[in-house]
Amino acid sequence: MSKVKVARKSTRIDMTAMSDVTVLLLTFFMLTSTFVKKEPVQVTTPASVSEIKIPETNILSILIDPKGKVFMSMDKQGDMMETLTKVGKDYGVTFTDEELKKFKIASTFGVPMKSMKAYLALKPDQQDKVLATLGIPTDSLDNQFKSWVRNAKLTNPELRIAIKADQGTPYKVIKDVMTSLQDLRENRYNLITALKK
Amino acid sequence: MAEIQSNEGGGKKKKGGSKQKKLSVHIDFTPMVDMNMLLITFFMLCTSLSKPQTMEISMPSNDKKLTKDDQPPVKASKAITLVLAGGDSLFYYNGLPDYKDYNSLKLSSYDANGIRSFLLSRNKEATVKIQELKKQREELKISQDTLQARISRIKGGKDTPVVIIKATDNATYKNLIDALDEMQICNIGLYVIDKITPTETFLMKNYRSKGAFSKNTGK
Repeated sequence: MSKVKVARKSTRIDMTAMSDVTVLLLTFFMLTSTFVKKEPVQVTTPASVSEIKIPETNILSILIDPKGKVFMSMDKQGDMMETLTKVGKDYGVTFTDEELKKFKIASTFGVPMKSMKAYLALKPDQQDKVLATLGIPTDSLDNQFKSWVRNAKLTNPELRIAIKADQGTPYKVIKDVMTSLQDLRENRYNLITALKK
Repeated sequence: MAEIQSNEGGGKKKKGGSKQKKLSVHIDFTPMVDMNMLLITFFMLCTSLSKPQTMEISMPSNDKKLTKDDQPPVKASKAITLVLAGGDSLFYYNGLPDYKDYNSLKLSSYDANGIRSFLLSRNKEATVKIQELKKQREELKISQDTLQARISRIKGGKDTPVVIIKATDNATYKNLIDALDEMQICNIGLYVIDKITPTETFLMKNYRSKGAFSKNTGK
């Protein structure tokens, strides 16, 4: 009896084509997408039919969470440092170089001035936790928000203001922010929305 | 695992063979694909594809120095006031408020049959014109610039309504955006976000009590 020979097939697959596809996809993703900014609070923007895209640079974005906490972020780190120094001057706080450096790497800020020093002394992971519970005071007694916006505008006059608020935010908070902006004669600004499907 | 196979094959040696060996180069791309997949996953998770949309608004200045003369009054026949109340409800009234008749304040909604149909009916003339222009643009008869210029001229026309949006503290941000959206859909050229006044609070109370409130207060 002769043994049945099993033909040994090579299982090697040519991966060149696969590699082509993945590189193509990778290029696509790298070119079209923008990095998600780390935000202390989750915000769902309301949908609208407006189709104007937001410019990429010189944006001062104001983040308002459903409970009414206000945070801010700027896209230029140099501006952030200068703004902090100026706001610090308003409130009689001076910052060391190290504190400024720590401040500028944070993507979003929103801490009352009196606890700013203590906040900057924290480690980055602790900062994230604390930040979500704070926010810039906007009430009429202690309106630090105005000071931030004014100084940010002084630092960079080209700055455009964009408000990004959660759809469930009560109008009362929005009104406070808008009146503060009106007081500063910032009458033109953008409201960030999502595209309506 | 790059490998170089030389196909020397069966060992048949050719005579006078100073022929070059044929080399076939096989490179194993599996690790490359692995790495690319990893990168793609990273990009998909850490980036967002869509840039956020934005709505540009300009608010009126609340400069104290401005006198009444700087703020031209709006004809009562052109004015529509929207009151954004809590619980996703919305009221509107035409022109001047009527304190006696609680029916002057009308309850509406944010969907297509609500405030949109009302505003479109008020702004019919401009809407029809703008739709015609857009059709012309689609047929490439006019340029984008002329389209924009003409639309803004129509929006700023004499008889287009002026909408005053007043939001109560109970309204949400979504309500405000929805209302602003309707302005864009209905081609309202002039609209303003204003603070709520006692007038609106009164009208709303009056509406809820079906006119009893105005009788009691004797207005």
